[in-house]
Amino acid sequence: MTEPNPIIMATDVHKWYDAFHVLQGVNLTVERQEVVVLMGPSGSGKSTFIRTLNALEDYQQGQITIAGMELAQDLGNIEAIRQDVGMVFQQFNLFPHLTVLQNITLAPIWVRRWPRAKAEAVAMQLLERVDILEQADKYPGQLSGGQQQRVAIARALAMQPKIMLFDEPTSALDPEMVKEVLVVMRSLAESGMTMVVVTHEVGFAREVAHRILLMDQGMVVEEATPAQFFQNPQEDRTKLFLSQIL
Amino acid sequence: MTLINSKSRPKSPPTSALTWLRRNLFSTWYNSLLTLVSLWIVYLGGRGLLVWMFSQAQWTVLQANLRLFLVGRFPIDQIWRVWLVALIIVAVASFTAGIMQPHRRLAVGAGIVTACGLGIISLVKGQLSDVIWVLAMGGITILNLRLGPWSKARLPRSLLTRGLPILWFLTFFAVLWLLSGGLGLSSIETNIWQGLLLTVLTAVISIALSFPIGVLLALGRRSSLPVIRTLSVFYIEVVRGLPLIGILFIAGVMLPLILPSQVQLDSVLRAICGLTLFSAAYLAENVRGGLQSVPQGQTEAAKALGLNPVLVLGLVVLPQALRSVIPAIVGQFIGLFKDTSLLSIIGLVELTGISRSILAQPRFIGRHGEVYLFIGLLYWLFCYLMSMGSRRLERQLEGK
Repeated sequence: MTEPNPIIMATDVHKWYDAFHVLQGVNLTVERQEVVVLMGPSGSGKSTFIRTLNALEDYQQGQITIAGMELAQDLGNIEAIRQDVGMVFQQFNLFPHLTVLQNITLAPIWVRRWPRAKAEAVAMQLLERVDILEQADKYPGQLSGGQQQRVAIARALAMQPKIMLFDEPTSALDPEMVKEVLVVMRSLAESGMTMVVVTHEVGFAREVAHRILLMDQGMVVEEATPAQFFQNPQEDRTKLFLSQIL
Repeated sequence: MTLINSKSRPKSPPTSALTWLRRNLFSTWYNSLLTLVSLWIVYLGGRGLLVWMFSQAQWTVLQANLRLFLVGRFPIDQIWRVWLVALIIVAVASFTAGIMQPHRRLAVGAGIVTACGLGIISLVKGQLSDVIWVLAMGGITILNLRLGPWSKARLPRSLLTRGLPILWFLTFFAVLWLLSGGLGLSSIETNIWQGLLLTVLTAVISIALSFPIGVLLALGRRSSLPVIRTLSVFYIEVVRGLPLIGILFIAGVMLPLILPSQVQLDSVLRAICGLTLFSAAYLAENVRGGLQSVPQGQTEAAKALGLNPVLVLGLVVLPQALRSVIPAIVGQFIGLFKDTSLLSIIGLVELTGISRSILAQPRFIGRHGEVYLFIGLLYWLFCYLMSMGSRRLERQLEGK
């Protein structure tokens, strides 16, 4: 059940790349177990924004609070936050020199200091959950894109995070592999994980998201439930965007 | 993205020798002409060399001085210690090879090498004890190539992972003790270490030490802390701008003049310092290239999992960076091995140095061809072994 304080609170976040104002006052509040989808054209700042949530990008103005901890420049603080925020990348970013199993157990063993046996048991459970148990001893280079992304999801889940961030998880996949990853993400949402997803997958947004945000030029243009967003968009920019993607 | 397994390509049908010749050497008229001209040049050069080798060359210089070439003026009654060093190293190396990836070819190779060793001993009219040592080395190699896989199956993995480095560590100290003496063995001054013994010793130690220093320098050069970065850049650029001979002179000749007379640094130690510091600078740039080649996404993924910067480097970035620059690094080490020949100019008598002193003997004046051909072969042999080892290492890592 949702608790009184939201798990993600981003207030008036501004970011500049030199002179370029990439984030222009973004506000986002995410409750526990909520699935929020960020959509928008390229260059809108949605990837940059999601990466500020786990400090992969810094920001110059505003405030971001994750699970009660404020994102500051302090190093110890950053790593504690990252342990609770899992991230799945567009390019998978699996470690090519380690097996699938080693990829998944790396962080739990070295960061959470779990004994190897426990880490491997949890890893096997996760592999089963994402349906690639038989690939445990293979190397990432031997897997298809869809399989690699599912391993990436398992790797992020192994740290038992409170929040999962997805940065265009299916954009680099062949169409026939997109479905297998979306199935995993959907079941993850149904199990109650808090998720922030940057995606172009309209079907996923429509069926799984609790809220959809449209970003353009560093600002949030519209924020609505899927029903409202797709059937009854308020802003012209949203209508233009929908006409282009639907 | 799936990798296409190159081994699954269909093999072309086996070709006869004649077809191969026709396709590769005589495919067109100008290729045929080039082939004939090349063969003629090889014949001209080779004939001269072969004729010289079998009629005019006097190989007694090698026969009479083999011990000098290999161990210099090591006291004859203590040479068993050098044999023991070789035996220990061969034993530990073959055990490690057995554990990592035994190949039947290694056992065959060991047999061939042992046979060659026995052949050489008979040529130089060596003693029975030499024969026993060579046979022991061959036998232990073959035994350990079996023992390795056996232990891998029986012993727990953690024991092997921790035990092997400790074993090598102990080997290092055992070798040093056997070669320099003390604690029960008669002590031997370091300037008695000569010939191939000194070459291998200085090369191995310099290679082993320059590696971590080079990696640290590369990391320092990429550091965000300005002091560390400036110091690293300064060190690398200064050392890279000096010839090795200059650095060896500074270490070997100038340093004793500068330091107070109470501080007496051993000459071999000074030489090793010079070689190490020289090699570390070049290694740093190779490693830095490797670090740059690791995609940014790897660091991001590691950070996103909560790994601190040290773990990101050690578990994710460095393993990938080092793998990609193995050819460059091994090339560096091969160069370093041959650069030890410069030590002869600062007063250390390694393989090149002992060759010159042998050639100065009245009996062997003028035998440059034979001697330099021989030591050239020795240098080539060690460098080729390093090259082969590097290829095997790459192939093993590429299986991933």
